[in-house]
Amino acid sequence: MNTLHIARLVAAKDLRIEWRSRVVTNQVLPFAALVMVMFAFALDNDTVLPRVAPGLVWLAAMFSLLVLVQRTFAVETADGALDALRVAGVGPAGIFLGKSLALAVQLTVLEVMLLGAAVVLYRTELVAGGVVLLVTTYLAATLGLAFVGTLYGGLAAGAKGRETLLPLLLLPVVAPVLIGATRATEAALGTNDATPSEGWPWIGLLALFAVIFGAGGSLAFGSLIDE
Amino acid sequence: MTPTEFGPTGIKCPTRTRFSRALGLAALVGIAWLALFGLVLSPDDRVQREGVRILYVHVPSAWLAYLAFVVTGLASAAYLFPKTRSLTWDRIAGASAEVGVLFMGITLVSGSLWGHISWGTYWTWDSRLTTTAFLFVTYIGYLAVRGLGGSQQQRARRSAVVALLALLEVPLVHFSVKWWRPLHQGESVAEKELEGLMLFSLFVGIIAFTLLYVWLVLHRQRVLAMEDSLADRGLDTALAERRQEALPR
Repeated sequence: MNTLHIARLVAAKDLRIEWRSRVVTNQVLPFAALVMVMFAFALDNDTVLPRVAPGLVWLAAMFSLLVLVQRTFAVETADGALDALRVAGVGPAGIFLGKSLALAVQLTVLEVMLLGAAVVLYRTELVAGGVVLLVTTYLAATLGLAFVGTLYGGLAAGAKGRETLLPLLLLPVVAPVLIGATRATEAALGTNDATPSEGWPWIGLLALFAVIFGAGGSLAFGSLIDE
Repeated sequence: MTPTEFGPTGIKCPTRTRFSRALGLAALVGIAWLALFGLVLSPDDRVQREGVRILYVHVPSAWLAYLAFVVTGLASAAYLFPKTRSLTWDRIAGASAEVGVLFMGITLVSGSLWGHISWGTYWTWDSRLTTTAFLFVTYIGYLAVRGLGGSQQQRARRSAVVALLALLEVPLVHFSVKWWRPLHQGESVAEKELEGLMLFSLFVGIIAFTLLYVWLVLHRQRVLAMEDSLADRGLDTALAERRQEALPR
């Protein structure tokens, strides 16, 4: 079996588990929505909220990413499933790409909901001219987050104290995505009088990030998960 | 079990060699010299007055921290490369990262104090400052990964991969922060107007701190080697004891 075939199977398996267990829809999505409400409590100002909405959306996405990554590897380590996969001779690059893909799908659902929450709660307005930029931003940023999340999630999986280690490892790495995605989203939504053309350079950064960690993860994942 | 098994020169002072003692003395002399130049002999700056003396610690420790992280990266790559694979590289990487984190902390603290004197604020969101802060956190994470447990080979491979990933991350953080705040503070005033005795004192500081770095890493690496061999020996001893118990009396 080639790597892409394995990736597809692993991704389908992960998504099937999430579809049947409903953990993401019943726990992670409500958590993300709660974070958005908490931001509003903390800032407590109707004029500030629309201006900082893109940043808050992505910050909430990062926090939810931590929960999602922990969930996606809890499924694997509970019964030693990851070791079983490796013992069965399944290539680590395929596992990495598959789990990243499944994580990216879950993240996309979550981010669309977060954007909806921003529209409803923070009075964010979607602009027709920025839709292409917005969709591209979401694609590039989500892929980058999924790759990095899977990479460091795999490292922390199976280790004692992983719940506390994962945020320490993951948050500094995703900082460029937070900056890039926030600026690009601001440009797409016209927040603070930004124009869509200001957003495209940031897409370059997000795409570069996704490519680097996608390639790096495919190569390094094997050495990180092997016990 | 002979004492020499514990280190290069025996049990009493197990990480000492003649070379490292000479190196330590040289570092000590260099630092005394730096203190003398930095605190007494060098003049006040026209603009920053006494505040400029912080730079004699700040610049060398920043240099040392960056040097340490580069060494960690190189040693990690050497471990991952099959022909040079050896746990010594892993221990050098670990020792260097520990020293690097310490001096990065010193850099951040001394930099904030200096900033408070010359800029009137402890922190600005300048790309260099922010990248430095991220480096600090990233290598704290690296040290946490080293402490995850498992076999020594596992620790070595895992932490080597993380060190190389950190090298990928640093430029990305640097450029994203640079674009985020395009109007960052340029070279500081002091760095432009450095001359004569000030430049010389800084030069002395960098040499003294580099010697200190080599000395610290050498010793720390030897301590780590002893810890590893203690762990190995502990397992062997326990196995031998269990075997003894199982033997018929």
